[in-house]
Amino acid sequence: MPEGSIWFNLIPAFLIGGGLCVIAQLLMDLTKPSFTPAHVLVVFVVLGAVAGGLGWYEPLVKIAGAGATIPLTGFGYVMAKGALEGAQSGILGVLAGGMSAAAGGITAAILFSFVCAVSFKPKG
Amino acid sequence: MGTKSTLIKVTPQDYDKMNKEVQPKPKVLRNCVMALLVGGGICLGAQVLINLMFLGLTSGMESLDEASVLAKQKEAQTLGTVCMIFLGALLTGLGWYDILVSVGGAGGILPVTGFANAMVSPAMEYKHEGYVLGVGAKLFSVAGPVLLSGTIAAFLIGVLRFFF
Repeated sequence: MPEGSIWFNLIPAFLIGGGLCVIAQLLMDLTKPSFTPAHVLVVFVVLGAVAGGLGWYEPLVKIAGAGATIPLTGFGYVMAKGALEGAQSGILGVLAGGMSAAAGGITAAILFSFVCAVSFKPKG
Repeated sequence: MGTKSTLIKVTPQDYDKMNKEVQPKPKVLRNCVMALLVGGGICLGAQVLINLMFLGLTSGMESLDEASVLAKQKEAQTLGTVCMIFLGALLTGLGWYDILVSVGGAGGILPVTGFANAMVSPAMEYKHEGYVLGVGAKLFSVAGPVLLSGTIAAFLIGVLRFFF
């Protein structure tokens, strides 16, 4: 890897990450108001998992890095990838694969969220 | 006088119609631009963090082969994602992340920082209901459905791969 070239991934990260958010925004604006942020997150996790399962998300991660892994589609992709890898070692691998691939992120999210929710007071 | 009264009668309805027809379009465009800037900005920030971690992880090493570069990249990516989750939770606790969501809409919601926000925000709000049914339960009011859908989707994909 030539020196300095790792910074070239900033523009694709911005464009792909921002583009995914624009799709989510359109989904929220153009559907009925009962389509809440929680619905958006669920839809995107499933989309990410399906795209990961079909092998479409991997190239996006290669191009955009954080632009593909930071939006929640990346979470679905990681779980699908884990389940696919687990499938090679049998049906128990399928059960464990998805969760174990995302375990670090899930534990970090639960831990940090718990600590922050306990230590801060809600505003207003 | 006839034309005048019809004008007065029609105008408020027309005005409402025009309002409904005209208002959403510039708003949708504006929302999309803000989502692009905020969401793209968060991903850009995360990539900067990941790049810095990669440089930090590989700083002491002289020669790197392809495999160890990939391993370090993956490690940096995981560390960067964990840091973003921490930042999202922290900014929510401080009450600053809500500003990002109100400005950027989906741009603040879709990144993992928004996921952390969706966990901390209700948990903090319902803290007075106790640690079990307040913090413990509300922490997963959004994360629960996300984990559920992700787990089931991943399982089904794995099963399909296993049998076909």
